[in-house]
Amino acid sequence: MFNNQEIKSDDIISLTNTLRWELGIDFHDKIIESIYADASKIAKQSIQIEDAKNSTILDQKIDNIITSKWFGFPIMFLLLAIVFWITVAGANIPSSWLAAILLDTIHPFLKNIASQIGMPWWLDGVLIDGAYMAFAWVVSVMLPPMAIFFPLFTLLEDLGYLPRVAFNMDSLFRKAGAHGKQALTMSMGFGCNAAGVVATRVIDSPRERLIAIITNNFSLCNGRWPTQILIATIFIGGLVPSHWAGLVSAGAVVSIAVLGIVFSLLVSWGLSKSILRGQASTFSLELPPYRPPRILQTLYTSLIDRTILVLWRAIAFTIPAGIIIWLVANIYIGELSLAEYFIDWANPFAFYFGLNGVILLAYIIAIPANEIVIPTILMLTVINSGLTGIGEGAGVMFELDSVADTKRILTAGGWTLLTAINLMLFSLLHNPCSTTLYTIYKETKSIKWTAISALLPLTIGFIVCFFVTQLWLLFSS
Amino acid sequence: MSKQRGCENCQAYRKEQLIRLGIEIDQYDYVIALAGNPNTGKSTVFNNLTGLRQHTGNWPGKTVTRAEGGYSYAGKQYKLVDLPGTYSLLSTSKEEEVARDFILFGQPDVTVIVADATRLERNLNLVLQILEITDKAVLCLNLMDEAERNHIKINDRALSKALGIPVVTAVARQKKGMDVLINTIENVATGKYVCKPHRIKSFSPKLDHAVALLVEKLSRKFKNIPNLNWVALRLLEGDQHIIEAVRTEELGQLSENLKSV
Repeated sequence: MFNNQEIKSDDIISLTNTLRWELGIDFHDKIIESIYADASKIAKQSIQIEDAKNSTILDQKIDNIITSKWFGFPIMFLLLAIVFWITVAGANIPSSWLAAILLDTIHPFLKNIASQIGMPWWLDGVLIDGAYMAFAWVVSVMLPPMAIFFPLFTLLEDLGYLPRVAFNMDSLFRKAGAHGKQALTMSMGFGCNAAGVVATRVIDSPRERLIAIITNNFSLCNGRWPTQILIATIFIGGLVPSHWAGLVSAGAVVSIAVLGIVFSLLVSWGLSKSILRGQASTFSLELPPYRPPRILQTLYTSLIDRTILVLWRAIAFTIPAGIIIWLVANIYIGELSLAEYFIDWANPFAFYFGLNGVILLAYIIAIPANEIVIPTILMLTVINSGLTGIGEGAGVMFELDSVADTKRILTAGGWTLLTAINLMLFSLLHNPCSTTLYTIYKETKSIKWTAISALLPLTIGFIVCFFVTQLWLLFSS
Repeated sequence: MSKQRGCENCQAYRKEQLIRLGIEIDQYDYVIALAGNPNTGKSTVFNNLTGLRQHTGNWPGKTVTRAEGGYSYAGKQYKLVDLPGTYSLLSTSKEEEVARDFILFGQPDVTVIVADATRLERNLNLVLQILEITDKAVLCLNLMDEAERNHIKINDRALSKALGIPVVTAVARQKKGMDVLINTIENVATGKYVCKPHRIKSFSPKLDHAVALLVEKLSRKFKNIPNLNWVALRLLEGDQHIIEAVRTEELGQLSENLKSV
């Protein structure tokens, strides 16, 4: 044999082909068969099961119920409702503590220092009423629900419930041409869309991942729950006798959340039939055993991994927004502030959609974080309708103590039930916050997909509000 | 258990020498790969050894790309690579490719296979496939607490004998068995324990002949690939990824790239 000549890789390939031809095609299966046979033999030699009555049977029994055709979805909605109820109810108390410290104590204290050192009024306004108040707002409104929601969600994850959610939703998403794991990222979006977008990394196919990213915004996030709850309480709960009010307004909020899931599926379907055409890829999803969650570790990691990370980003985007809110409310051209100019200009346009100029301006200003929509709306309404004796002055974000006060302001600003319904719809269907958009850009590295993620829901929002308004006007006249 | 045998007391003593290095691993003596089925606790073992906090959770498929960390034990530096969980090395998903390429071409000094003790038979399928491509491996039988709850008893000595590699029982979530694991890794890495891995018995002299022919050719083309038998088998099976790697001569390159990472 003369082995010292150069071997060409093509020679190896052609030799391979010849040999494969000679071997026949079934030897691959034979290898797999013998691996399985050996595995089974070794397992039998070394395993001893003492008692047939084991807990995997219990796991299966639980799975048969919670992934069943009839109980799967009701149980899922019930569990999600419980998580949200604990989040909303539990966040009130720490939120008011934080608000008391950051807004009622530190804010006057800072104002006091500013006036003592003779800080010019505009600098004091920009820094303390603008930047600081925005920061304080996001921390007191956003931190408590996140600190409750994320650990609860992580507990469900640790327990093994999330794969069951994906299992339940899998076929729906696949019918929509998307990946079954999108059910998981959608659930993450209920906490925070930015976190949901990051979670889409579990989806391998770029096409399906883009669908999951673009539609994540249809999951109502933490920042939008307070808006939904407040508006539903005032305008929808107010329609029924008071003992029904809580239930009816909660029902309205859940309907908006379910509507979000419906839109998520519809838009996924639309995308996979148009610009993101393709087959849904299959994946095998193993239902893991239920495991008792490690409570302390879960609290720790969900706080570090999720809560602090998301909060930090929100703060970074909100401080500049606070400055802008203060500026547009305090820079005057002639008689009117910039804010009033915009509101007057946008009002006729906004009425087609059953909204008003205040809401549109609030959504532009609040692009950095959905949390600041309600305070911005209230502040702008007060300026615009010339109410006196409420709030803390032009351009200072605030939230009123009682729901009744809020209602008084909004009704004075010309709000009706239609405005409220449209605000709830628009809160679900509009562009993602800038934190989420920035995350989308970082994940997709594409301006085009980031722009689509922003404009698609916004367009849908305007269309839905337009039709709701026109139908409403048609039937009520 | 550890009180009864002298050597394990010794391990308990030596556990003091474990220094978690996080991601600070500029220099290392050994590379350790962590492989296994999805959701068996690889990331938990990884976090225990490196002191890092890779996100762990009870659902399969969190680790999409590989994560790296390090620890120092008994004066040696170890680089630990957490691979995505896979059910086999034979099909073509992204996770399986990452795991397979690393075990095959990254040439880890030891491959630690984390297995779910409650689903041993299915986990063994992957174990046997890994043993086809590497000589130095340790089986970490995790979730022993769940196995116990399910009244499953595993004879780890018999298992170790059948597989030809050390078997360490563990409950990673409670950090049980980690001391034995690092010591066993050391033994395999330094050659104190010589593995005699189980290999699938040949069932066809014709196939053996074909593999031998290919290996002979491959060995002249690609000098430092550890397990050419396996490459030859994959070529014969028509694995496009491997065929492409041979055709473009990236096979040798792949090995270099992974080592330098």
